[in-house]
Amino acid sequence: MPTSIPEQELMEPGHTACQGCGATLAMRYVLKALGKKTVVSVPASCWAVIPGAMPNRTLDIPMVYTPFAATGASISGLREALDIRGDSDYNVVGFAGDGGTADIGLQSLSGAMERGHNVFYIMYDNEGYMNTGVQRSGSTPYGAETTTTPVGLDRNFKKQQKKVVADIMMAQGVPYVATATIAYPEDLIRKVQNAKKVNGPKFIQILAPCPTGWYYPPEKTIGVSRMAVQSRMFPLYEYSSGTFRLTRPSKPVTVREYVQSQKRFSHMDEDEIRTLQEEVDRRWESLLEKETH
Amino acid sequence: MLVPLAETSSRANHTGLWRTLKPVIDYSSCIRCEICWKFCPDNAINLEDGRTTPAPNQKVTAFSIPVIDYDYCKGCGICANECPEKCIEMKFEEE
Ligand SMILES: Cc1ncc(C[n+]2csc(CCOP(=O)(O)OP(=O)(O)O)c2C)c(N)n1
Ligand code: SF4
Ligand code: SF4
Ligand code: SF4
Ligand SMILES: [Mg+2]
Repeated sequence: MPTSIPEQELMEPGHTACQGCGATLAMRYVLKALGKKTVVSVPASCWAVIPGAMPNRTLDIPMVYTPFAATGASISGLREALDIRGDSDYNVVGFAGDGGTADIGLQSLSGAMERGHNVFYIMYDNEGYMNTGVQRSGSTPYGAETTTTPVGLDRNFKKQQKKVVADIMMAQGVPYVATATIAYPEDLIRKVQNAKKVNGPKFIQILAPCPTGWYYPPEKTIGVSRMAVQSRMFPLYEYSSGTFRLTRPSKPVTVREYVQSQKRFSHMDEDEIRTLQEEVDRRWESLLEKETH
Repeated sequence: MLVPLAETSSRANHTGLWRTLKPVIDYSSCIRCEICWKFCPDNAINLEDGRTTPAPNQKVTAFSIPVIDYDYCKGCGICANECPEKCIEMKFEEE
């Protein structure tokens, strides 16, 4: 059967990600969409260790390691340098985690987007600082247990709602903004290819479930990613040239069903699940409004 | 062409050693949809010519078959879980 996504592989096997890692699929699909004329900048994160130690590489394209807070600045610099060399046809991609994007790298990201460089910023969102042992980030959803939000007797699970960086990027007026997730690779790849047509900054947030930090069995990675969309915990959208398109769930599930699929939420009681459901509904309504404006 | 400085492919690292459960494909039920290939996070499934491989019907024999590379498969179970025909079985390594 003809494959539904490009056959070319630029990510090799033998990498050191955990079994069933969603972040690895995010990279695999992004590179399938962009092809060989691509350079990637990766800050401190799981993806900084997934390729293995020097002299090993798992990507068949150049990959630059950049300080944690500096992904945005690094892709600006790479773009300028490649343009001077006459390599304007190369895709420049920042590929950073949610900690490196929602928290520590937010100013650098915002600056690069504002300067208008022709770059991709891909945020792979595993909703926590996973590489250092599952600490909460701004992008961790309400209700989640992490090692810095341990439930214990005091019920110190994360009390704040998820900060959605893609929404911030839309508010900033970034020309191309989208959300995607690994359960829908065709949609993800199409979005990256649409982004490529935009000569300017583009930002894509990819939900990448993490069995190690969300505490679910590794074979469920695709299922959890799918449920995140179907429960509207992670709505998929595309915002391009001022037009906003929201994907309707095809087989809706409740937030309760979603949280029951992962141990990081297993402590949640009915009131807490309702609080989360209400926030999900509120955000969905606000996204629907964007569609009509 | 810009090339990576790191010269050795991570293929040098045989992550198949991590595995405790081993996916085994029953080609006689496999409809060659390539969904397992699409979702493997370890890129450990290759598409190969399968014209002489057992198949559920004559029509699909023209398409590639998924072949698991056990040097790299970590045994996560995603392929078995996502296969629409349920024709991948996770077996204990000792079996
Ligand atoms: C300035 C700085 N602070 C802290 C660290 C330690 N550190 C390395 S990776 C990491 C977590 C990154 O989290 P995220 O960006 O979400 O990526 P993930 O590991 O989840 O893939 C941290 C805190 C560092 N390398 N540099
Ligand atoms: S901790 Fe999570 S994101 Fe990091 S390699 Fe493991 S599964 Fe992937
Ligand atoms: S078990 Fe996991 S690593 Fe092995 S082939 Fe299946 S999806 Fe790939
Ligand atoms: S998912 Fe199942 S039916 Fe489809 S190609 Fe793989 S083994 Fe065959
Ligand atoms: Mg993270």
